[in-house]
Amino acid sequence: MNDKLISLFCGVIFGLGLVVSGMTNPSKVIGFLSITHNWDASLIFVMFGAILIFAPFFYFNKNKEFSSIGNQIDLPIKKAIDKRLVIGSSAFGIGWGLVGLCPGPAISALAFFDPIIIVFLASMALGIVVNNKLFE
Amino acid sequence: MNNFTPISALLGGILIGLSVALYFYTTGRLAGISGIFANAITNQTKRLSNIFFLFGLVLGPLLFSFTKEPIAFNITHSYLLIITGGFLVGLGTRLSGGCTSGHGICGIGRFSVSSIIATVIFIVTGMLTVVILQQFEIYI
Repeated sequence: MNDKLISLFCGVIFGLGLVVSGMTNPSKVIGFLSITHNWDASLIFVMFGAILIFAPFFYFNKNKEFSSIGNQIDLPIKKAIDKRLVIGSSAFGIGWGLVGLCPGPAISALAFFDPIIIVFLASMALGIVVNNKLFE
Repeated sequence: MNNFTPISALLGGILIGLSVALYFYTTGRLAGISGIFANAITNQTKRLSNIFFLFGLVLGPLLFSFTKEPIAFNITHSYLLIITGGFLVGLGTRLSGGCTSGHGICGIGRFSVSSIIATVIFIVTGMLTVVILQQFEIYI
């Protein structure tokens, strides 16, 4: 199997997971973030289910040098707990709360043909480019 | 608690976990979506693979729609919220090196301390944002 086909397949499974879980519905996400009013805790189970599968799998495969199709294993270098991490994740959290979309569901939501998603993704791309220009 | 759907949330989470595990096992890369999206638009390396993954993300829900199961999708149409939110999501995820999948699933799954901290921060700031907006009766 080649890298591109595997990527497509994994993307499809990931996208199915997002839509089945409810993550692609912004009002569901806002219900999860709304702790003081009608809190909907469902989305905790998304993270729980995903980590339940991935954590043990990663643990038993993390020391390999190459992946099954022969790619070099590519893990992020250990990140410092610094201003970038704190300010960046705060900014992300605020943006997530404003709309109820994080990057994965925002892309999957293209499947619902609402033009407002294009505006969201274009703004997200702008945020990435601004970060790369100013802070990289 | 209205609309509590732990079973479908857990099932969806398991699918996401399987995807992340298979992607890591086969390609040797972690499936953090903000990273895949950022690389697809700014980086030549493995660009086609990244684009294929993103294409799959859209294809998944399209295939699901053939099951005739209703798919709920309610989003604000305030341009102010959409543009500010999108910009902050793009900037913030790249500044901190991950999003809900990169930090929240891959990072916590690897027991990365910085990812655990990032996840706590974005969930808490997300909750604060929603609580404040609700005070001003903003949303949809």
